[in-house]
Order: sequence, then C-alpha cells, then structure tokens
Amino acid sequence: MKYLSLSTKAYVTIMQLHKEVPEEKLNAVIKEFTGKIYQKPPVRSSVRRALRVKTIYKIDVLELEYPYVLLYVECEHGTYIRKLIHDIGEVLGVGAHMRELRRVKTGPFKEDETLITMHQLSEAIYLYRKLNDDSEIRKAVLPGEYMVSHLPKVVVTDSAAASITYGADLAVPGITYLHSSIRKGDEVAVFTLKGEIVATGVAMMHTEEILEKRRGIAVKTKRVIMERDIYPRREKEK
Amino acid sequence: MRGLEFLKKLDAFAMIDREWILVKEYETSENYGKNPEERTVNELLRLGVINLDKPPGPTSHEVTAWIKELLGIERAGHAGTLEPL
Repeated sequence: MKYLSLSTKAYVTIMQLHKEVPEEKLNAVIKEFTGKIYQKPPVRSSVRRALRVKTIYKIDVLELEYPYVLLYVECEHGTYIRKLIHDIGEVLGVGAHMRELRRVKTGPFKEDETLITMHQLSEAIYLYRKLNDDSEIRKAVLPGEYMVSHLPKVVVTDSAAASITYGADLAVPGITYLHSSIRKGDEVAVFTLKGEIVATGVAMMHTEEILEKRRGIAVKTKRVIMERDIYPRREKEK
Repeated sequence: MRGLEFLKKLDAFAMIDREWILVKEYETSENYGKNPEERTVNELLRLGVINLDKPPGPTSHEVTAWIKELLGIERAGHAGTLEPL
C-alpha cells in the first residue's frame, strides 16, 4: 500500500473565486503554481504543520464559468488541494475556495475500465456467491501485482525468487529480464517469469551496469510480498 | 512466455513506456507458482486490489469495512488480507 500512498495523484476540482478576475491573470497565476511550491498543511490535518515543499506536475483549466473554475491538478502525494486553491485565491488577490474535489488518479490507478462502483462490486459478489459466476468478481478484484505496476520491473529465476522470500538480496545472475532505464536508487518491483510479484527493492545498479557485470547485488530487497516455499530454494542455476 | 505478457499488460495499465531487455534465457518451472491471471477467486482475495469509485459521503474507512464484510462472509471465516484501495 505504501507504493500507492507515496505515488502521484491527480484531481479534478472546482475552485470558486470570491470576485471576478481577468482570464489572463487567472491563467498566469495558476501557471505560477506549477513546479515546486511551498505549502503549509491546514489546521485540520494529519501531519505536522510545518511549511513543506510539494511538486505540482500539472494544472490545467478545464472550464471557466465565473465564479467557478474547473481544474485538473496532477501533484505529488501529500499535497492539499483545498490549501492549494486557497493559496491561488490569495495570490489572485480576490480569494477562492474549493467547492468540489474528485481524485482521478492514484499512481497507476485511474478512471479506466477497471474502475468499479460499490453497486457493481456488490453485484459481482452476489453473482459469485449465489450463482457461482466469477466473471464479474474477476474484473473487480485485480491481482495485487497491479499495485506495483508503475514501478520499473526486474524478472528473476525461480531459485532467486525463493532466496528473496528468505531475505536475500537479488544478485545479477538471478536476473532473466529487466526494464530499460533503471537508475541506481530507483524503487523497483521484482517478479517471477510467471508474472508473480516477489518483492520490492532498491536498484543498486543501472540497467547498463547489470547487463555488463556478471555478478554483484543488483537489487537490495526492501519488502518481500511473495510467501515462502512457493518456489524451491535449491534448484541449480542453469 | 505468458508471464512476460502479463508484465507487459501491467506496463500498459500504468502507462509505463520502457523496453524489456533479455538478460539470460531461462524457463520457469511449471511445477511451482502460477500466472496471476490463473489464480482462483479466493487466491485473488488474499492479495488483490479493487479500483473502487468511492461514493461521496461514507469515509474510506467505512467503505473498507463494508467491503471486507461483504467479501468476508464469502470466505467463511478465512482470515484474509484484502487491501482495498
């Protein structure tokens, strides 16, 4: 879950301006709020109220109908949108507040065909339980691997997977496939060749380095997800 | 190579645009493990994820409790670690 809570978020939100401002000024001020911004968490918040730096990757005005501005905001985890809108209002000099908010993206999860309502979910559960039809619940409950789908990936041999579940780090000879452009220090996800998640870890080498070197620790294991003894430990490396 | 196909599906889902590089030819044993898409529903419920369109009103906590209860009855006392979004 950590990999989702620390991931990029996107929102669609309605900002209500307290007075009209020229459209050019509105656009210019909103543009100033992209990139690194300082934000003081609101009074009612779950974190310490010290000034923090947050990155706003994107803000777009989707629609403008005074006093309402429909915004799309893509930002770093932990950004307070209500506060962001309040601050935009301050800089505009007229004041503004958040009217409505909808999160449209959490890491890899977005409003696509996998998004389901409570109603659909409860129907899927009913179908499965009462009519023994698992087609809908299979669409509703995705394999846990989707939770790390946004991380760079490394695929390992069966015995390397087994060793990792017993706490080992991943050495270069255990790797069979990997993603391009992995940088040292990147958070990566380690999979079996069947596509099962084994663990998450931190890359100790770039992709190129892994391809060059034939030994050494490529990924330091951080969190093991696979249960032990699904794969045997002592199979010889071919 | 269906496992790799599944991983490419995850890439597409997350809109990741990275190439796959073969480091060493290897075949995974058919005797152990299985492709995530071949899991039974009960296996999916042990470590699955739901991309839920939460209605405004109830808190995430309330919705989570509700879903756990709905799925929990099905599992008839089996302790699971469903992690709803």
